Amino acid sequence: MIEIDRIGFAIGKSEILNGVSAQLPRAKMTAIIGPNGAGKSTLLSLIARLIPPASGTIRVGGYDVQQTASDTLARILAVLRQENVIASRLRVRELVGFGRFPHTRGQPDAQDGEKIQWALDLMALSPFADRFLDQLSGGQRQRALIAMILCQDTDYILLDEPLNNLDLFHSRKLMQVLQDMAHRLGKTPVLVIHDINYAAKYADNILAMKQGGVFANGPTQAIFENHLLSDLFDTPIRIHQIDGQPVAMHH
Amino acid sequence: MPGRRLLAMAAILLIACAAYLSWGARGDWAFILSFRGTKLAALIVTGTAIAVSTKLFQTISGNRILTPSIMGFDALFVLLETTLLFALGGFGYTMLDSTIRFAVTLVLMTLAAILLFGTLMHGTRRDLHRMILVGIIFGVLFRSLSSLLARMIDPNEYAVLQANLFASFNQIELDLLGVSTVLIAVALFAAWRLRDTLDAMELGREIAINLGIDYDRHVLIVLGIIAVLVSVATALVGPVVFFGLLITSLTYQIMPGFRHRDHLIANGLLAGIVLVAGQTLMERAFHLHTPLSVIIEMLGGLAFLILILRGHTR
Ligand SMILES: Nc1ncnc2c1ncn2[C@@H]1O[C@H](COP(=O)(O)OP(=O)(O)O)[C@@H](O)[C@H]1O
Ligand SMILES: [Mg+2]
Repeated sequence: MIEIDRIGFAIGKSEILNGVSAQLPRAKMTAIIGPNGAGKSTLLSLIARLIPPASGTIRVGGYDVQQTASDTLARILAVLRQENVIASRLRVRELVGFGRFPHTRGQPDAQDGEKIQWALDLMALSPFADRFLDQLSGGQRQRALIAMILCQDTDYILLDEPLNNLDLFHSRKLMQVLQDMAHRLGKTPVLVIHDINYAAKYADNILAMKQGGVFANGPTQAIFENHLLSDLFDTPIRIHQIDGQPVAMHH
Repeated sequence: MPGRRLLAMAAILLIACAAYLSWGARGDWAFILSFRGTKLAALIVTGTAIAVSTKLFQTISGNRILTPSIMGFDALFVLLETTLLFALGGFGYTMLDSTIRFAVTLVLMTLAAILLFGTLMHGTRRDLHRMILVGIIFGVLFRSLSSLLARMIDPNEYAVLQANLFASFNQIELDLLGVSTVLIAVALFAAWRLRDTLDAMELGREIAINLGIDYDRHVLIVLGIIAVLVSVATALVGPVVFFGLLITSLTYQIMPGFRHRDHLIANGLLAGIVLVAGQTLMERAFHLHTPLSVIIEMLGGLAFLILILRGHTR
């Protein structure tokens, strides 16, 4: 479980998060949704100890992320931010191999090789495994980064808009993989997602954020309700049930 | 594969060293070997320090074009030495044991580097233009402060400092060689121990933290190592601007992969090869009196221009 307790965060004088509290259940996929600038990325960075909070505490699987050693946390949670610039000239397989770093400290063994291959296959990267990152398309690079995160094999997987640059096929594939990891392997994926219909279809739990606070938090069916989503995005949204799934119509 | 290239480079370096020691040697061998051997050691020690410090800086700043000297590290060292002379006066400065004087500058340098560059590195590492701009401003600032101080110092006293600072690869400041070698060995050992951590740091702050690196603390540690390496190199041969860039650029071409365990060694070996072979050719083959540094700086400057023009900053 991820326990967020009265988290405050500010940059200079502007308050970005105003006392956010929420609990994200274990072994379930949580989608964080909300308008631009709501503080979703900021909250994800705080959970992943990339930035320190001004106030409050966050526990991931019982570990206080501000107090626990960074290398211990790296075996419990993995995070991929929205934008990533990689300075080193790496091949895809080498980048994915970094996912084993928290476990092996740069001394990979045969088992790591298998894990790396598994992650490459999962993201359909085998044909590009020996290419340099700067020889990939945006979507392929994004998949390579996600493969690195999956290769890290942590219980908690935090992804900030992972569907960026991914085509329909790979978006669906990634969501299925993550859902499967949650339900079969007991992992806890937490995703910031823009396309609310992906959230509707795959997430078990939704954290809706607006203006630096929690707007709503609960099971997907409860959140996908006409008024709530319309108020969240300040846009008329109608929910239809199609094949027993909520689908949001917003254009 | 990287291992073989390292072996080949080590072999070339050995050949270059043998040539440097023996070529055209006549007369008392014991004297020649000890005389040339000292110079040889100095060349290798400073070359390695400059090259490795450059590689380390590129790793933590996330590009392949910036070097400590472009960012004003050695200008800072010169400023601190000048300040020391100004504070102590010519008499005090010369009376002070050169090793102690060096130790004082070194400590100040490390602190200043961590303070100035530590704040600079925070969060802005991807902003190459800002880094270059700040580097230029730091460089100009440190240099003008140094010359301002120099004007206020008695010219006769200033001459002492000038002799120290305008050392070069031809005229290495040999009385500091012993302590310098020890310091560089310690700094290189510290960098070597961080080799795997550096691999992860090169991926940038967020990914490095994700992989379990205590990133912000390690940036300061690496800056400290760089400060020691640059101080020692500057004390021995004076400011050298483009040599480090020349060596790291060549190393990226020669060495496959990204691992610091290979690249740190390769940078050191290549620096030794270029300096020793270069010096051998200049001194013994061509009997030229053009300082080697002039040629190296020219080549390095050229590499810098090419990198910028081709946009190969990563
Ligand atoms: N460096 C910064 N300086 C000032 N404000 C910032 C900075 N980074 C983000 N913000 C502000 O913080 C708020 C939350 O940002 P973010 O968490 O990225 O939103 P989201 O991911 O929900 O779109 C936004 O209003 C944004 O403008
Ligand atoms: Mg965002």
